[in-house]
Amino acid sequence: MIVDILISAFLVISGIFGLVGSVGLIKLPHPMMRLHAPTKATTLGVGGALIASLLYFYFVAGRFSYHELMITLFLFLTAPITGNFIAKVHIHRHETRDSLPSTGSERPWATFESDEDRIRAEGHEL
Amino acid sequence: MIRKFLPHPWLTLLLVVVWQMLVNTLTLGNLVLGLILGLTIPILTAPYWPNRPRLRSLPRIVEYIVIVLWDIIVANVQVAGVILFKRNADTRPAWIDIPLKLHTPEAITVLAGTITMTPGTISSDLSADGHTLLVHCLHAPDPDAVRAQIKSRYERRLMEIFE
Repeated sequence: MIVDILISAFLVISGIFGLVGSVGLIKLPHPMMRLHAPTKATTLGVGGALIASLLYFYFVAGRFSYHELMITLFLFLTAPITGNFIAKVHIHRHETRDSLPSTGSERPWATFESDEDRIRAEGHEL
Repeated sequence: MIRKFLPHPWLTLLLVVVWQMLVNTLTLGNLVLGLILGLTIPILTAPYWPNRPRLRSLPRIVEYIVIVLWDIIVANVQVAGVILFKRNADTRPAWIDIPLKLHTPEAITVLAGTITMTPGTISSDLSADGHTLLVHCLHAPDPDAVRAQIKSRYERRLMEIFE
């Protein structure tokens, strides 16, 4: 009984955060701001569903399932990379050196540095 | 001799454990298959990790993971509040530059990943010399506070773990 309530609670939490993430995708006005919405859906949205699944298999099905831990691990490894890719595309298309804060050194943000400039600065090929 | 067959003992252990978790049942056959994978993959991929970071202390790594998980929950609620209850005209998105004291590439990767996974901040780019991180904030009326928090809460702990 208590387990049922707990599982349901985690599923509802997961649903709420998934929904809020989707609302953010529609509502927010700027591409970089919209990028924040899916990072939320992958953390608490998916996290809640995974905890619910973990509890279900342990208390109802009677065995421990490790797949949820693996999904968490793979999400934490991959989600930042996709976020970084989308941010880089945005920087390429919509930002200039002057629209971003300074790097505090003579070299620019990595997205803006051409291969020739990098070789000149570091003195060698990659 | 041991180095030759076990170039990366922790990677071997990780691969064996991950394989057991993926198949979800502990049998002798799976354990042997996991061991084969855990022994061959580090040998085959050895050329790709010439410089390995040394991890200083396990308790600090656990502490870091717990803090990040807690921050993810707190920040999720905060960002949900921004999305649901703040008008678009009132949100203050901002680019923030974070000068890094960390120099190990692996440590910077972990820091960038942490920043992205805690909602409200996304690490977007690194300066070409690797000394500054570019972070985008969904709602940051006070960019200096966000910078100070990332440096004191995450970077300081990663310094203790990696350097």
